[in-house]
Amino acid sequence: MLMVGILTSYQKGCFLVGNKAISTDLLQDWYYRMLLIRRFEETINEKFLAGDIPGFVHLYIGEEATGVGVCSALNRTDYITSTHRGHGHTLAKGAEAKRCMAELYGRKTGYCKGKGGSMHIADFGIGMLGANGVVGGGFNLAVGAALAVQLRKGSEVAVCFFGDGASNRGTFHEGLNMAAVWKLPVVFVCENNQWASTTPIHEATAVTDISARAASYAIPSAMVDGNDIFAVYEAAVEAVERARRGEGPTLVECKTYRVKGHFVGDPEQYRTREEVMNQMENNDPIKKFFERVLREKLLSEEQLQAIEQRVAEEIEEAIRFAEESPYPDPEEAFDDLYVEEEASHA
Amino acid sequence: MRNISFSQATLEAMQEEMRRDERVFIMGEDIASQGGIFGQFKGLPKEFGLERVRDTPISETALVGAGIGAALAGAVPVVDMHFADFIGVTMDEVLNQMAKIRYMFGGQATLPLVLRAPDGVTRSAAAQHSQSLEAWFLHIPGLKVVIPSNPADAKGLLKAAIRDQNPVIYFEHKDLFSKKGPVPDGDYLTPIGKAAVVREGKDVTIVSYSAMLGKCLEAADQLGSLHGIETEVIDLRTIVPMDMETIYESVKKTHRLVVAHEAVKTGGVGGEIAASVSENILEYLDAPIIRVGAAFTPIPFSPPLEKRVIPQVESIVEAVLRACW
Repeated sequence: MLMVGILTSYQKGCFLVGNKAISTDLLQDWYYRMLLIRRFEETINEKFLAGDIPGFVHLYIGEEATGVGVCSALNRTDYITSTHRGHGHTLAKGAEAKRCMAELYGRKTGYCKGKGGSMHIADFGIGMLGANGVVGGGFNLAVGAALAVQLRKGSEVAVCFFGDGASNRGTFHEGLNMAAVWKLPVVFVCENNQWASTTPIHEATAVTDISARAASYAIPSAMVDGNDIFAVYEAAVEAVERARRGEGPTLVECKTYRVKGHFVGDPEQYRTREEVMNQMENNDPIKKFFERVLREKLLSEEQLQAIEQRVAEEIEEAIRFAEESPYPDPEEAFDDLYVEEEASHA
Repeated sequence: MRNISFSQATLEAMQEEMRRDERVFIMGEDIASQGGIFGQFKGLPKEFGLERVRDTPISETALVGAGIGAALAGAVPVVDMHFADFIGVTMDEVLNQMAKIRYMFGGQATLPLVLRAPDGVTRSAAAQHSQSLEAWFLHIPGLKVVIPSNPADAKGLLKAAIRDQNPVIYFEHKDLFSKKGPVPDGDYLTPIGKAAVVREGKDVTIVSYSAMLGKCLEAADQLGSLHGIETEVIDLRTIVPMDMETIYESVKKTHRLVVAHEAVKTGGVGGEIAASVSENILEYLDAPIIRVGAAFTPIPFSPPLEKRVIPQVESIVEAVLRACW
């Protein structure tokens, strides 16, 4: 197993990751996207509890470095498949906060015109092939997207985000085996957040390092601190480049922690407040990034503040957009079932 | 017009569509090296290569899931289920992904995917290799379901299914693969969603499809010669979307309806047709609608047991006589 090390080489305002430079622009983009997700999720939490958002909501707070680190190693035309905890991945891939927000509000202007909501958010325009309400539902969709790329001799890569809980689905095994045997351009990114709904990983998973399973499929793997965006990015770049070179899949395990409940409103009787507070205090990916870039003078306080301002405005705009957007006309329930001829609903 | 087998007709459909559109590919278990258990893929790898005609691991979930993913990313996959019974293994992919991806994402996704599902009773294949499961998919909005009864429609419907932008489940009865029939020359499509009146009559309508249609035609011959009953026989051809108009038109003429299928009668397609007819044109009916379907048992192995639970020609004759009291 490959343990990705902390970056050391630094020159002229650029880090070197392997042979890839991390520009100041990229660092700012990371901060912007991680903070956008954090504020988006905090706002959703508040609005859901206020009764403004219907359905179930699963928050990505505390796992932002994984989605952002991985997606920043991708192009717009690359594909991702996501989970029921999918707002973060959608924003990380480059979706607009306001259209995500509108979708969660069930409005006509949302990405899925109000038909999907939190668990089925998607933006096919940027290769985001959907959040998925079925745990482990994304493995084979990513495998298939990669198969389509291989068949057309394209250069895109597909990334499957999944949790440690999903790794116990049969789809994990079938998908990884198929991808490995056909050398498909796919990267499996495990967000090991230690909790499968209300069950801790050690109670449900015999080998708690999911990356160890790569050996079963003879594919390379990496295990990184999922709350260190530098480490996530380095591992993602390596895996994505390997896939693009036609050398097949990689399993990247990002160790992280789900600081919020499984869903908004979860009473969280299965763990102590202390455990969560400790994680928030000492293992917050955004805090870690913030402290590091200031300590190492990679970004200035002014640069960070400007991003904070931009994010605050964008979230405000997203809420305004969602709240002012109309609900879909009830008759729109009958649209989008089939291409061309719509199903009869008589 | 040529006289070719059902299996050959589906092979021609694959060849023609794979030549027409290079995005079309097929994957499944035992299709490339073996040519399919019914010979329905023989020669395909030679013309199109092992990339586009691929043998897969025995991983039905990945097979269907990857088919969906490939369709989302611009390919046109044909996925062979080996036996329709194995759809059970991959039901989540069909139910929660394939059927819903377009709708729940607000029409962003297009899913041109064909699931080929060899179904039905043949040669004592027993309980896990003999089922007719089409009614399951009638109950899941978002899918199309076709089910040909003869070589010409087998070819035309498969070509139409491959060109359709929606996910289509293509049921092909295992007992039909070797059956021959006239198939038109050249490129043609059988429209999805259109039933065919295959025999005209004025006294009673039988709606059927797939292998059971042949038994219905035999029954119609007997009813004519022995009882003087003129039977109209409709081949449904598509289960979803169902062509109720053709059924209504016929029932308005004959005033009597029998629906016959090999699938279990309880909860079957016949019940749905009967309900729609009685909801919408009850005033035209002169008799109760009679359903003919398999008994409420798994399919047994031993030939006399198997024969007992599956409707035979005489079951259809009896049903028509009940409707023509």
